[in-house]
Amino acid sequence: MHLLPDLKKALPARASLAPTPEEAPEAMRTEALSAWFGPHQVLHEISLRFPARQVTALIGPSGCGKTTYIRCLNRMHEVVPSARVGGKVLLGGEDIYAPKVDPVLVRRRIGMVFQKPNPFPAMSIYGNVAAGLRLTGLAKGRSLDEIVERSLRQAALWDEVKDRLHQPGTDLSGGQQQRLCIARTLAVEPEVLLFDEPCSALDPVATEKIEQLLFELKKRYTIVIVTHNMQQAARVSDLTGFLLMGDLVEFGRTESLFTTPKDPRTEAYITGRFG
Amino acid sequence: MRARPYALRKATNAVALGLTGAAAALTLGILFAILAYIAANGASALNWDFFTKLPAPVGETGGGLANAIVGTLKLLLLASAIGIPVGFLGGVYLAEFGHGRTGFVVRYASDVLNGVPSIVIGIVAYTLIVLPMKQFSSLAGGVALGIIMIPTVVRSTEELLKLVPSNVREAALALGVNEWKTVLFVVIPTALRGVLAGVLLSLARVAGETAPLLFTALSNRYWSHGWLEPTASLPVMVYTYAIAPYDDWHRQAWAGALVLITMVLGVNILARLGVSRRASAS
Repeated sequence: MHLLPDLKKALPARASLAPTPEEAPEAMRTEALSAWFGPHQVLHEISLRFPARQVTALIGPSGCGKTTYIRCLNRMHEVVPSARVGGKVLLGGEDIYAPKVDPVLVRRRIGMVFQKPNPFPAMSIYGNVAAGLRLTGLAKGRSLDEIVERSLRQAALWDEVKDRLHQPGTDLSGGQQQRLCIARTLAVEPEVLLFDEPCSALDPVATEKIEQLLFELKKRYTIVIVTHNMQQAARVSDLTGFLLMGDLVEFGRTESLFTTPKDPRTEAYITGRFG
Repeated sequence: MRARPYALRKATNAVALGLTGAAAALTLGILFAILAYIAANGASALNWDFFTKLPAPVGETGGGLANAIVGTLKLLLLASAIGIPVGFLGGVYLAEFGHGRTGFVVRYASDVLNGVPSIVIGIVAYTLIVLPMKQFSSLAGGVALGIIMIPTVVRSTEELLKLVPSNVREAALALGVNEWKTVLFVVIPTALRGVLAGVLLSLARVAGETAPLLFTALSNRYWSHGWLEPTASLPVMVYTYAIAPYDDWHRQAWAGALVLITMVLGVNILARLGVSRRASAS
């Protein structure tokens, strides 16, 4: 352990070392966040800090609680019957689990992209992107066409769909559907974007598109991504947290976590000895 | 040593295939036999008069069952007005909000109601409507059919809404859409074709109900005005005509059965088309 400071110095400097992830202002943090399904505790007091406009990846083997954790960040965990949350999630200093907070309003500020592409089957491409604004009453007096185009452009999908905006969203390929879901999330202008294994159902080409998209999106948004693909975490993230059986084992800058893990369990996992 | 179990397996397979195939052929055969028999017997009495004229006075030949056809349509309209909203909303409740004990009770009650013989529901309508009003009526018949529709609409709506993947619901919730809007604008539209098909099938089912109409709507040899007079209906007319001692009435009973079964079949086919178009769209 005492060797670590030296090893850190030996690492090559980051290409874009504007503010380091540690120095970036905080967008969101969790304090002693625990989660249960019925009597079964799946997360144990996890405290993490998400810097603004950085990508934070959460890795860990299946069942380690990373998906549960990310679902706690926009109050989606409690959607499941018997699910329960303890601790705090602070967004801009406010606890989103405070008694008076409406989960519906929290979710408008913290968007989520899911594991499987899930466009609304009964809606067109246009309708999918506009759905968030229409169904939350935020569309009034705004130009939906403009917002839809902007969101699709941000999701790098506009050129592929601009001539068939009124066809069903489910007609698109898997990768396009996932970018449609990203556009749908962007349209409501959240502050934080949560990605729950967004590429696990996609082929490598579609995966690469999504990863490139993440680089673009982090210029404007704070991003948290769950993945069990370690290469993906290494490629896209600035910070990485390693979860194991509901505990946060290690958290730090991505390159140091992958090159000089402090915890032997992290090392075992990233070198492929389990998981 | 290997050939033997293989031959045995093939034989078992052939027997199983033969049995299931025979059962399927029998089912299909019975249906087509009924359709063909009814068509053969009923077609001869089908003419323009059958659809436009009232029943002829006893002893005379000719006339039609126009009042029974209109009566059946009126009864189905009233049954739909009761069965579809109640059944649909009940199904939405069970699928979206009925996870706890209440949901269990409602689901169970709905299944029990589905198992209640239709004649018992006729008695209920008789007791609640016919006795106090001292009058057989379309109203009582429609209410009885509506009650029979409720549990099938409830359960088919519930099942079809549950087929909507939970990740579609979650996508809407994660956008900050509240629960009722998610159900109304995302979940229900996704399942709508299937739900409509379920409604049509339950309508087809009650269209042929006879027993509960015998002592609610009764029957009528003339036009029934409004909702508070007894009315003729196809199933009851078929029953009445079939057991009467006149050949002309027998022919008309066959024709009535043919019209009824064509209506039911038409609604069924409509429902199937709805479902298959949904399947090909997704």
